[in-house]
Amino acid sequence: MWGFLKRPIVVTADINLSLVALTGMGLLSRLWRLTYPPAVVFDEVYYGQYISFYMKRIFFLDDSGPPFGHMVLALGGYLGGFDGHFLWNRIGAEYSSNVPVWSLRLLPALAGALSVPMAYQIVLELQFSHCAAMGAALLMLIENALITQSRLMLLESVLIFFNLLAVLSYLKFFNCQKHSIKYMGMFTYVLMLAVAAVHAWHLIGDQTLSNVCVFCHLLARAVALLVIPVVLYLLFFYVHLILLFRSGPHDQIMSSAFQASLEGGLARITQGQPLEVAFGSQVTLRNVFGKPVPCWLHSHQDTYPMIYENGRGSSHQQQVTCYPFKDVNNWWIVKDPGRHQLVVSSPPRRVRHGDMVQLVHGMTTRSLNTHDVAAPLSPHSQEVSCYIDYNISMPAQNLWRLEIVNRGSDTDVWKTILSEVRFVHVNTSAVLKLSGAHLPDWGYRQLEIVGEKLSRGYHESMVWNVEEHRYGASQEQRERERELHSPAQVDVSRNLSFMARFLELQWKMLVLRSDDSEHKYSSSPLEWVTLDTNIAYWLHPRTSAQIHLLGNIVIWISGSLALAIYALLSLWYLLRRRRNVHDLPQDAWLRWVLAGALCAGGWAVNYLPFFLMEKTLFLYHYLPALTFQILLLPVVLQHISDHLCRSQLQRSVFSALVVAWYSSACHVSHTLRPLTYGDKSLSPHELKALRWKDSWDILIRKH
Amino acid sequence: MPPATGGGLAESELRPRRGRCGPAARAAGRDVATEAAARSPKRPARGSQRFEAAGRWALLALVTLLSFATRFHRLAEPRHICWDETHFGKMGSYYINRTFFFDVHPPLGKMLIGLAGYLSGYDGTFLFQKPGDKYEHHSYMGMRGFCAFLGSWLVPFAYLTVLDLSKSLWAALLTAALLTFDTGCLTLSQYILLDPILMFFIMAAMLSMVKYNSCANRPFSAPWWFWLSLTGVSLAGALGVKFVGLFIILQVGLNTIADLWHLFGDLSLSLVTVGKHLTARVLCLIVLPLALYTATFAVHFMVLSKSGPGDGFFSSAFQARLSGNNLHNASIPEHLAYGSVITVKNLRMAIGYLHSHRHLYPEGIGARQQQVTTYLHKDYNNLWIIKKHNTNSDPLDPSFPVEFVRHGDIIRLEHKETSRNLHSHYHEAPLTRKHYQVTGYGINGTGDSNDFWRIEVVNRKFGNRIKVLRSRIRLIHLVTGCVLGSSGKVLPKWGWEQLEVTCTPYLKETLNSIWNVEDHINPKLPNISLNVLQPSFPEILLESHMVMIRGNSGLKPKDNEFTSKPWHWPINYQGLRFSGINDTDFRVYLLGNPVVWWLNLLSIALYLLSGSIIAIAIQRGAQLPAEVAGLSQVLLRGGGQVLLGWTLHYFPFFLMGRVLYFHHYFPAMLFSSMLTGILWDTLLRLCAWGLASWPLARGIHVVGILSLLLGTAYSFYLFHPLAYGMVGPLAQDPQSPMAGLRWLDSWDF
Repeated sequence: MWGFLKRPIVVTADINLSLVALTGMGLLSRLWRLTYPPAVVFDEVYYGQYISFYMKRIFFLDDSGPPFGHMVLALGGYLGGFDGHFLWNRIGAEYSSNVPVWSLRLLPALAGALSVPMAYQIVLELQFSHCAAMGAALLMLIENALITQSRLMLLESVLIFFNLLAVLSYLKFFNCQKHSIKYMGMFTYVLMLAVAAVHAWHLIGDQTLSNVCVFCHLLARAVALLVIPVVLYLLFFYVHLILLFRSGPHDQIMSSAFQASLEGGLARITQGQPLEVAFGSQVTLRNVFGKPVPCWLHSHQDTYPMIYENGRGSSHQQQVTCYPFKDVNNWWIVKDPGRHQLVVSSPPRRVRHGDMVQLVHGMTTRSLNTHDVAAPLSPHSQEVSCYIDYNISMPAQNLWRLEIVNRGSDTDVWKTILSEVRFVHVNTSAVLKLSGAHLPDWGYRQLEIVGEKLSRGYHESMVWNVEEHRYGASQEQRERERELHSPAQVDVSRNLSFMARFLELQWKMLVLRSDDSEHKYSSSPLEWVTLDTNIAYWLHPRTSAQIHLLGNIVIWISGSLALAIYALLSLWYLLRRRRNVHDLPQDAWLRWVLAGALCAGGWAVNYLPFFLMEKTLFLYHYLPALTFQILLLPVVLQHISDHLCRSQLQRSVFSALVVAWYSSACHVSHTLRPLTYGDKSLSPHELKALRWKDSWDILIRKH
Repeated sequence: MPPATGGGLAESELRPRRGRCGPAARAAGRDVATEAAARSPKRPARGSQRFEAAGRWALLALVTLLSFATRFHRLAEPRHICWDETHFGKMGSYYINRTFFFDVHPPLGKMLIGLAGYLSGYDGTFLFQKPGDKYEHHSYMGMRGFCAFLGSWLVPFAYLTVLDLSKSLWAALLTAALLTFDTGCLTLSQYILLDPILMFFIMAAMLSMVKYNSCANRPFSAPWWFWLSLTGVSLAGALGVKFVGLFIILQVGLNTIADLWHLFGDLSLSLVTVGKHLTARVLCLIVLPLALYTATFAVHFMVLSKSGPGDGFFSSAFQARLSGNNLHNASIPEHLAYGSVITVKNLRMAIGYLHSHRHLYPEGIGARQQQVTTYLHKDYNNLWIIKKHNTNSDPLDPSFPVEFVRHGDIIRLEHKETSRNLHSHYHEAPLTRKHYQVTGYGINGTGDSNDFWRIEVVNRKFGNRIKVLRSRIRLIHLVTGCVLGSSGKVLPKWGWEQLEVTCTPYLKETLNSIWNVEDHINPKLPNISLNVLQPSFPEILLESHMVMIRGNSGLKPKDNEFTSKPWHWPINYQGLRFSGINDTDFRVYLLGNPVVWWLNLLSIALYLLSGSIIAIAIQRGAQLPAEVAGLSQVLLRGGGQVLLGWTLHYFPFFLMGRVLYFHHYFPAMLFSSMLTGILWDTLLRLCAWGLASWPLARGIHVVGILSLLLGTAYSFYLFHPLAYGMVGPLAQDPQSPMAGLRWLDSWDF
């Protein structure tokens, strides 16, 4: 117990000074004058909004990725005491004093800075020399595009940091914990899984190990590589949903059930509604598909025009549309076809799957009807109207059969918010559907509702759910109208489980397609490899100081060259080995293969999938792939020096060439520095001189 | 059951199969063969061998016959157009009438349909307007018969492929039964469609690839060359029918690479021999298919020499080839000069000509100046005069010398009818808000500096002249630096539903902002015949591919419509209505036989399970008994090859953005059925082996396969009305022949 008194306490520290130096330089390059420019730079305008939402605890939906990245940024805001009050509306807007710019930009910058020593570690772990490792780190240090991207409130540097961390952890054979920042993080994860699977396969083939031992190994790997990431992924969403409990601008995309689980918004209205729909209930019906816009079944006094513009005729009955705003005309009464009364009897008679119902429009007391008349814009479907008896031998056909789509059994009760229902017309078996077309002026540009005759399977545009609901109590029309205008009462609170909310959120994130807007600085993946494009991030409001996302062209070109050399050399070695000619000793060969699988493979999985994507792409999407190229560069160089240079003389010449090449990279980096930090205003002449490629868009003020 | 194999023969005699270059072909084959030989010490007498061979041929003949019988049964029904016959029958007629058309698929399939129609006496006069139209007196059986003929070969092809892969008659028989009795394959083979032709070539390629693999021990022999070149021919056929043929090319490619890698590692072969192998494959699998594929296009362009409905999809230069087109045999001046009257056409498909008319943009939409649009039809309002930007003198004055327009010149475009200049300014365009508005401005050609445009030829040097039809030009607005383009969006009523023209500030090179000059009138210049400008064959080939690819990617599904998703397909979630809706109609419904399809689905899962168990066992170095080892090889190699086929023909659809249909799954379904055959045969054999101590163990295998065969046949008996047609009440009605068979709500028959 007193042992420590008997022996001296010795602390031995093993400090790799180069690592410290690299970290220091990394921090210096990334953190220097971090608050400059004190204005919104490019995509900060986009991520800033989300930070504000976090600060105000308002729910949002972003399809670019899981919420961890946004949370990292928001953490910076939280530490800096940001209250979320800033209007992120314009690139170049000056930050007000309440925005803690430094702490908001700090975390991405730290991630960027730490990537530098991490590159060093990875190359060392790949069993290449200290020199090669230094080379990789120094290249990371002077890569202008990485510097620019790290110094702002953007996610790429965090993504790169965790990519590298995953590779490093796997190499060190710690538990590989893979975090997803954007969905691009998936690519590296898949690569790690593939490498791990190959290793595991070899392990299975190792017959010196016992079955139990192999099983334990595999189990441990499965837990580390599959279970932990999944749990973490869920955890991020859990925190995300816990943090964001208020309703906000993205509510409309989510289902009614999800909205009702947020504070404010729909929940304020639906709180206290009766759960089960009964005959006599007053309801609003929301279309589940909600495209092009979320909307509610609606009707109003106006009728369909007798003759359409194209000469076709209509029934001239009352219009039924889908209306994207809350309105008293969205209320419908569920009526029992066998009875006359429009109130809920006591006890309430609940509506079940398969029941026949009539839907009576609350304000006009006309009932929902469809018949063999072509719909205004979709002539292959039936017109849906509220029936007016013109006495012209066109009888009312207003019976609908209720089908609950997500029923548990065939006797399920129709529930508010939770049940998704279809209305099947009894006479024609047409299904009530939102066609997605906008009616012309006579229909006030509301959305067209049709009866789909050939229902070719399940589609969400035919599915509806009750959003607002109350038991109707007034038999008289006048009273009922007053009732419709008043808010609902009674209290039954409902909550959605985390898994249900998670699944819905995840699904919406995957299917949400933001409009394919063209952007001035968007580019195609082919342009990235040769750096044929740049992005102007920010321009000083008065001088011509500006920030560009522009890479160090020497590094980009040589990175691509290294990749090509690696591929050709590997092919050559493979072919020769197949013919039993072993150019490399076995351990050098294995090192070469592993380095290639991780670095070239990392490049490929982070780059090639973009060719399949249909969304708008930008140069910064290439940065994760670029870091893997940078890791590969020194590996290839060292390999050439070790195995291809035959004599000491050749080796010295080669080293001299490498030094010369690195100096030129430094020179380029220094030349482009004003565009990276944006701290120096250049003259038009100097700017023109920097435009090395015609396709680079450098802003030159005209005076 | 075929008498030749029923009961009488012992199991071990059924298995080893001696193809022409069969037995020692692959390790798997060798194992099975030697093992089987070891197990039957008494060599069968010569008579019994001959008997066995005859039995095999009889079996093959029986399978083929059954396939033909099912495919040709009631082929003439219904006597009206079904589903996509309206397209492909129509395209067949175009070949007979030699009118040019456009389709998103390569031409071979439709050409063969046309040929079949021509040979069977169809005169190409039927209009093929819409599904349901009666054929009346027109001869359509030739075309249907041709498709059914090719579709019938799928079954024997699959039979032979599985036989070669598994060396087991039972497996082959099971596969043949699954395909013969699948209502989906049957329906798809009975109509004038591309699918039977496509599947024929896919299966032919698969079969010949497997055959030439089993000839690997006798390289450069006659059968080896035969099967190798047949593979190449079938690949060309598959790609020539639909681009989906790329998947089988991928499969053959992967197989070839693996094959070459194996040969390359064989140190007993000299590098020269390996080089010979490589050359043979390059010749037969790359050069030969490419040549054939190109040849089909050459025939296509040669046959279709008359102008037709497809003209508008192609460039002006292309149209000049077609007789009946107004550009055919026309003669116009070659180089653009000042004073020329021209029409300007957008290079993007279906956008049309730069157009203007006297109507103004309405109040509130940009500046109230004259509208500029694009218009698809030929019209005198499409005419523009090209003028120098700084003088208003008439360049057609004979006293001035001719001055050519050159790349990089600053010009003014004056609308001929209204004498207004093409103009742009910083107002937002009517529909695309981020672009600038384009108007007609000025009086009698006098406007302002916003009327100046720089004319540039894409990929040319400054100072070059500009060629009519051939030069791809861009017009860049001098003041704002934006590019003239068409967004392709339809203007509202005030713009006569013509397409919007904008000036886009994004300088990206897209076809929307590239134009060419089509008509060209200049009395001071000599006319040359357009034939001089006609594109060469490689150019036509390239262009038609670009148009096809764009056409394919243009087939986007609409948001609010129900669309078929790839995950629906293997579970047979929903079929396609070929003919008829109501209970009085003659109804045909394309739906897989659910018993077959669900068995296939189950088999894939079982295969993955058993395959990985065996693979892990082998990797762990488990010592398998000889028979099990042989069967595992069949399962891993033969089954693996087929599984790869299924994967390649199914999963790429998940990545496709275009509209997808249920029938896209059928090539994958063929592979899936082959997998089922191999899997159940192997599993049942393994079962029988495992229970060898039990007296009836042998029977398990035979009984298992027989029950699968009978089950499939019975399900076909139940579901055959789907393919051969149903009349009478729908399936909900208990009176209907299909009553009780609507197992999924999503099936509508």
